[in-house]
Amino acid sequence: MAEKLLEIKGLKTWFKTDDGVVRAVDGVDLHIDRGETLGVVGESGCGKTVTARSVLKLIDMPPGRFEAGEILWKGRDLIPVPAQEMDKIRAREIAIIFQEPMTSLNPVYTVGDQIAEVLRQHDKLSRKQAIAGAVEMLRLVNIPNPGKRVHDYPHQFSGGMRQRVMIAMAMSCKPQLLIADEPTTALDVTIQAQILELMQEMKDKLGMSIMLITHAMGVVAETCQRVVVMYAGKVVEEAPVEALFGNPRHPYTQGLIRSIPRVDRAAAQKERLEAIPGSVPSLLNPPVGCRFAARCKFAMDVCVKAMPPLKEVGPGHRVACVL
Amino acid sequence: MSEPLLSVRNLKKHFAVSGGVFAREVDRVHAVDGVSFDIGKGETLGLVGESGCGKSTTGRCILRLIEPSSGEVWFQGADVTRLGPDAMRALRRDMQIIFQDPYASLNPRLTVGAIVGEALQIHGLAKSRKALEERVLELLETVGLQADHMGRFPHEFSGGQRQRIGIARALAVDPKLVICDEPVSALDVSIQAQVINLLEDLQEKFGLTYLFIAHDLSVVEHISTRIAVMYLGRVVEIAGSRDLYDTPLHPYSEALLSAVPIPDPTVKRKRIMLQGDVPNPIRPPSGCHFHTRCPIAKPDCSQRSPELVEKRPGHWVACHYRG
Repeated sequence: MAEKLLEIKGLKTWFKTDDGVVRAVDGVDLHIDRGETLGVVGESGCGKTVTARSVLKLIDMPPGRFEAGEILWKGRDLIPVPAQEMDKIRAREIAIIFQEPMTSLNPVYTVGDQIAEVLRQHDKLSRKQAIAGAVEMLRLVNIPNPGKRVHDYPHQFSGGMRQRVMIAMAMSCKPQLLIADEPTTALDVTIQAQILELMQEMKDKLGMSIMLITHAMGVVAETCQRVVVMYAGKVVEEAPVEALFGNPRHPYTQGLIRSIPRVDRAAAQKERLEAIPGSVPSLLNPPVGCRFAARCKFAMDVCVKAMPPLKEVGPGHRVACVL
Repeated sequence: MSEPLLSVRNLKKHFAVSGGVFAREVDRVHAVDGVSFDIGKGETLGLVGESGCGKSTTGRCILRLIEPSSGEVWFQGADVTRLGPDAMRALRRDMQIIFQDPYASLNPRLTVGAIVGEALQIHGLAKSRKALEERVLELLETVGLQADHMGRFPHEFSGGQRQRIGIARALAVDPKLVICDEPVSALDVSIQAQVINLLEDLQEKFGLTYLFIAHDLSVVEHISTRIAVMYLGRVVEIAGSRDLYDTPLHPYSEALLSAVPIPDPTVKRKRIMLQGDVPNPIRPPSGCHFHTRCPIAKPDCSQRSPELVEKRPGHWVACHYRG
């Protein structure tokens, strides 16, 4: 068994709103081993982004609140860690990249200054050294002509190039874990392929782990070793990637995989897609039982009474379903 | 292909870029740069390409929501680009559009009943108040919404339901051609499948013809009879949907298809990585627009612009060296 770098146990991150408490993350268990890529998939509002941001404590409190659970980073719980120390962890150990690279870069500073800032947080460097380091980082993420581009502002870069800048910034602190929150969702497919390849290259070079948050099953299949499927604030299935796609056990996972049109299958042309009826339940008053029961074609009486716990069904394969 | 319902000939749209003290036109964005294609009665033509390739502008120019700079759009024996305002309004009964963003394309102050019924009133298609109400009810049921939804406002609906409202609105006037501009891009996969299935059912029921604009190649392959691939304002390839996926001839189509992630970890494919980004459409490359990123480009590709030629039956390609 590989070493667990990050382990989340029973995490509940709730938000207080005018309408009541939104249980965005409601009892999530997952772990990431050293050197692996874990995919966290699910649809909008399933709590995958809140889970990721909880790890770095990037949740505004209030309205957010850690209701229960532990976030063990190399065995140490991050929830009680004070803000100052958390800054150090964010600068040196865990990095994050976001979906929208334009909104997560500061428009009034050059990209060089922004990368240099991270480098100077990390090591005691002079400004000149830090800028030289930034040029190196831009070269590492294959930005052409890095010596010149380092003085450019974010708006002078294209979407794909901005995401490269974000990755360069994240890599500057040589993190052990990179949290990538929908890193390619805003990009075109050919650029997406470039960025995914770059992330893989960075992972191999620096030996870090990646937590890849996405809604795209295709991206998961091509980049992750293990996958966690979330639905309405809970983990419903966890499995090695081959098992998840080869033998999905939870009806939600099955539905998710079957609802995607496949370009690689000739017969798929006129086959009807299997849609999952209905839509995601409100997290204000989530159902007591299995959260998927209302949309599940196998739902039985027991399903609406209590949420089934995660059960082991194969090596590393766990499912929260009575079936 | 059956008899064409719509024929687009050498369609161009240039947007002026103004600058200087007197806001003179200093440059032009060649958004659509000579596009030609036909859509047969009852078929679905998919229009794919990356952001900024001009696919949405093409769709809007056909309806004259954006006035084309030049070119012809033949629909039912008339050139749409030369019609006066009255004739154009009458024609819009036969050509409708569904937009990408179901949040932005519905008036938040109107009830669903008013949104769907508006076109019926404008075109005088309802004899009385009662007839109008009955027709709206019928439309809501057709798209899978309920009668009691009529008095509600758009914000009370989920994304998938809002897209259904948009579809009901388009169907209200019994159109022959529906331009679907990224209709499922903003939706989660399970909901996306519901809407795709609905569009397919409606096509069968009402004999609709679709121009389906999207960047998601798996969705386009699933729904289309034929597909046109666009790059920087030009169509580079048109072929039957399966034909295009099995034997793409243009190097751009080939790279685009190979970049689509397949949701199956056991499938390992050779990916063609395109270098760099899409060039600026203000100064598109000379000759073949793709030559700056093309893996098989030869010196004369930057000199001569390739014509769209039928290299195999029903398979048109704009490349000097392929096919």
